[in-house]
Amino acid sequence: MGNVGAKEVPVLLTPDGRRIDGRRLDELRPIQIRAGALHQADGSAFVEWGQNKVMAAVYGPREVHPRHLQQNNKAVIQCRYNMAAFSVDERKRPGLDRRSQEISKVIAEAFESVVFAEEFPRTSIDVYIEVLQANAGTRCAGLVAASVALADAGIPMVDLLPAVAVGKVGGAIALDLRKEEDNFGEADLPMALVPQSGRLVLLQMEGHMTEEELAQALELGVSGCRAIYEKMKAALRERYSITPPSGGAA
Amino acid sequence: MSEEVAAEIRTTHILDLAAEGRRLDGRGPDEYRKVTVEPGFVASADGSALVHFGETMVLAGIKLEPGKPFPDTPNAGVLSTNAELIPLSNPTFEPGPPQPGAIEVSRVVDRAIRAAETIDLERLCVTPSEQCWTCFTDVHVLDHSGNLIDASLLAAVSALAHTTVPAKRFGIAEADYPLQVQHFPIECTFVRLGDAIVVDPTFDEERAAQGRITVATDETRRIVAMQKGLVGAFSPDDVKEVVRRALVHGERLRAVAKGDRP
Repeated sequence: MGNVGAKEVPVLLTPDGRRIDGRRLDELRPIQIRAGALHQADGSAFVEWGQNKVMAAVYGPREVHPRHLQQNNKAVIQCRYNMAAFSVDERKRPGLDRRSQEISKVIAEAFESVVFAEEFPRTSIDVYIEVLQANAGTRCAGLVAASVALADAGIPMVDLLPAVAVGKVGGAIALDLRKEEDNFGEADLPMALVPQSGRLVLLQMEGHMTEEELAQALELGVSGCRAIYEKMKAALRERYSITPPSGGAA
Repeated sequence: MSEEVAAEIRTTHILDLAAEGRRLDGRGPDEYRKVTVEPGFVASADGSALVHFGETMVLAGIKLEPGKPFPDTPNAGVLSTNAELIPLSNPTFEPGPPQPGAIEVSRVVDRAIRAAETIDLERLCVTPSEQCWTCFTDVHVLDHSGNLIDASLLAAVSALAHTTVPAKRFGIAEADYPLQVQHFPIECTFVRLGDAIVVDPTFDEERAAQGRITVATDETRRIVAMQKGLVGAFSPDDVKEVVRRALVHGERLRAVAKGDRP
């Protein structure tokens, strides 16, 4: 991540356990999820999470492109995670770099673990994630948006996939890192949870942690995912609940 | 395959309606969809604007970086305009290298910005032949329901009009300052549907169209760029007619972008 001008390491944790934006160690940034944000897509969602803005769209099940990826016994899930050129401090050259391709792969594999792909042989379910504004945790925000978009598209799944990153800042394990914490912190560990089974289908880690700290991080991440899960369900309820015609509200 | 058949049926229907002066969404031939402009949508950009034309949604973001002037224009900054028709925005787009359609949108938008002298490029020069600002305009199409050219230019110019030059961040000046926009071009696109020429086509109307024509005008009523696209033809009288209509729409859309309620 570019950080022009930010040369000094900021104070990431105050003695009374407050973080750079005043949050406690186990506190999430504000999250807003809107299901059905686009018209052309079969399913879509827009997520604002702290300073992140992420749009996701799902098309399919539909014909597979390129054709040779087609599977005779199940749908293939293809994911494209992309960052807008203006989403980061230093302009990113448009197009998929190696980081975007890796993230696309692990997100597609996370969804393959929960989608009933065998119900749609010889088709493709295409998941598109566009990061419009980035401030750490975009793969998790993208996963959350894409998961709601898959549900919005009516794709049958075991469960929604909440995701969050846990990290280590100022020597302490902290939930949902923002950019300064990601840049100057000691570790970053994004994860996605299947709430029904309690298992993780996305897990990455970079930095330094002890065995005890990792155990603590996993516990904190799972509880964070469960909180996000409630917001995902609420977004879908809002989109699909039928409001009584009386009252005259738009 | 079924989608192609459905598109064929819609095309026939759109042309039948046009013969009666009607459109699929109930608009008149000279009526735009609802246009909204939301500047400052992306905090990480130096300038940005989210634009809706009905169900079409386009986001433009501006980034300025120090660069080097081109040898043949040592006193001028550099403009770069790029439109991405990402596969998220429409079921017909596939991932891969830019398609001719995306390149055409980029170039037509870029041409209007340059020809209208939207930005005074000499003011983007820091030290002649040595250092200048490179101004990147990136247009991200999020929901493609037709008329990307008009929506993309409106987003791009609205974003430029709300751009802060990050001079302090790059150590070029003591403080950041607003980018000056000296002209405000607006593009208006029309398509031929039989004998009718309708403004602001939807995606289905573009597919049914027998020719497309775009006219860019600025607030001084100069015509600064044009583009005829798709298969089809226009008479010189047709061209004069769409220019007249583009001038009227241009004035109204400019007012929407500037936040004046007409």
